[in-house]
Amino acid sequence: MHAPLGARSQMQFWIIQGLNSLSLGGLLFLLSSGFSLIFGLMRLANLTHGAFFMLGTYFAAVAMRTYTGLNIWVTALGAGLVVAAIGGLFERLVLTRLKTNPLGQVLVTLGMSFIISDACLVLWGGDSIPVPTPHNLQAPTRLFGFVFPTYRLVLVGCAVATAIALYLLMDRTRLGAMIRAGVDDRQMARAVGIPVSNLFTIVFCLGAGIAGAGGVLGGPILSAYPGLDADMLPLALIVVILGGIGSLLGAFVGSFIIGFVYTFGTALFPELAYIILFLPMIFVIAFRPQGLFGRVGA
Amino acid sequence: MKWIASALFAVLLLSLPFFAGDFYINLASQILIAAIFALSLNLLVGFGGMTSLGHASYLGVAAYFSALLTSRYGFGHGAAALISIAGTIAMAAFFGTIALRATGLGFLMITLALSQVLWGLAYRMSNVTNGDNGIAGLTRPAPFGISLDSAGAFYWFALIVASFAFLMMAIFVSSSFGSSLKGVRDQPRRMAALGFNPWMIRWITFIYAGFWGGVSGLLFVYYNKYIHPTSLSITSSAEALLGVIAGGTGTLGGPVVGATLVLLLKNYASAYIERWNMLLGLVFLFIVLVMPTGIVPGLSKLATRFRK
Repeated sequence: MHAPLGARSQMQFWIIQGLNSLSLGGLLFLLSSGFSLIFGLMRLANLTHGAFFMLGTYFAAVAMRTYTGLNIWVTALGAGLVVAAIGGLFERLVLTRLKTNPLGQVLVTLGMSFIISDACLVLWGGDSIPVPTPHNLQAPTRLFGFVFPTYRLVLVGCAVATAIALYLLMDRTRLGAMIRAGVDDRQMARAVGIPVSNLFTIVFCLGAGIAGAGGVLGGPILSAYPGLDADMLPLALIVVILGGIGSLLGAFVGSFIIGFVYTFGTALFPELAYIILFLPMIFVIAFRPQGLFGRVGA
Repeated sequence: MKWIASALFAVLLLSLPFFAGDFYINLASQILIAAIFALSLNLLVGFGGMTSLGHASYLGVAAYFSALLTSRYGFGHGAAALISIAGTIAMAAFFGTIALRATGLGFLMITLALSQVLWGLAYRMSNVTNGDNGIAGLTRPAPFGISLDSAGAFYWFALIVASFAFLMMAIFVSSSFGSSLKGVRDQPRRMAALGFNPWMIRWITFIYAGFWGGVSGLLFVYYNKYIHPTSLSITSSAEALLGVIAGGTGTLGGPVVGATLVLLLKNYASAYIERWNMLLGLVFLFIVLVMPTGIVPGLSKLATRFRK
């Protein structure tokens, strides 16, 4: 088929697509881990999550356009904190009022996502704004005679580091133990004196913050544009449905599966990528409705 | 008293084209379409306890089917309508099989994900759907040789379809099947213990709701003579859901009232501001925080108190 391409450039194609899949998977993990954490503890499908991600990307695009040469890691930290603060305010001011109304909570997060995405459109216009790749990561890395975009490699590293950090937080710290107790049995956790309401706020801030920082790190690949939230949210939903809602490991595995499926689907069958995206989800729902790593009843 | 009021309302509805201008007649047609759509969603949300955030799929897919069949493949409107509805029903059966593996928030997320995938398809598969440009230059059908091109004729057509839809859905929810649906909504385990099959009851309702969603989609594309991927978007699903919730879930009048309000708000607000999505979001916050049970149940509660 690809007569002019040698075996080596074929190989390069697969390697590059593989790396693209990994980096998309990493981004999806930054998005869906927070979603999954929030769902696990609060039983809340946070439909604002895509908007939090987009907010991070716009934050980076605008900050780095205004102050050229701004460090992307500093920006990610800043955006993470800002988005976490917005999320925390939203949780405290709105979501806590709807404790007894889970449907209302979902609708409110949906309303909030409309407000945020429209506000971004008003503030920053309809054109996409690129986020520059950091200078020191622009040069490609050469390994075994193949060329890799360095930034994507670093991005995968970031996602893995975040996954490890989250795992340690959940598994090794007092806070994590309290969150796990809240996930397992909220009323019992309250009864033994764990401040579950405060945990809600902490987890919501954490999830929103990771999404915001993820938005910054995804910026050089995706760039900021209106509708980014609507593009990312279904991917996050599919990831968590696939991996099991509320499971961190599920979010991790699901992210990379969807990263691969989506990247290769787009590269090989560009028109059908969305249908191919469906398939793993349908397959999992048919045979394991709780998701790959989900627990029954969760 | 109640009968007189109903009769007056019916006469008002029927005679609207004689005294109203084209703008208002068209607005009324749009309200009728939105009302069918909201009513069909309410079968799921209100009577079935299944909150779907992907109901635009049925409206959009029926509309796209009809648009493609008539404009590109030379089908007549009658055959196109039949195939579109059959396709929508098949899709509802398939989506229902997937989404009903879960209940509650899982169901909501799956319906949302499925409809977002369709929305993405409508955008990306541009050699079929014409992508962001949408499909324009469509025609309205002429049932029994009567042209529907004038505002009044289309309004009467929409009124007939909407009345029939309202009647059929009213019969559906007041039938014994409707009672078992409400039973499954409130007490799925007891219903299962009584020998009912909750999954099957939900699935049939899902398909029935998809069917009426498809009918509203046909009217939608006939009215606009144009279809764009936004009809499949989450905004479209959310508008309908807002109508259902604002009007009052689980009532027959509620979705009609709610859909009317949402449509009027959208029409009048868009004359003054461009920010419909932001307004929609704010209205969502307002409705959920201030009147979570909706307008119609609120009013009827008020009415019973008044009578006493």
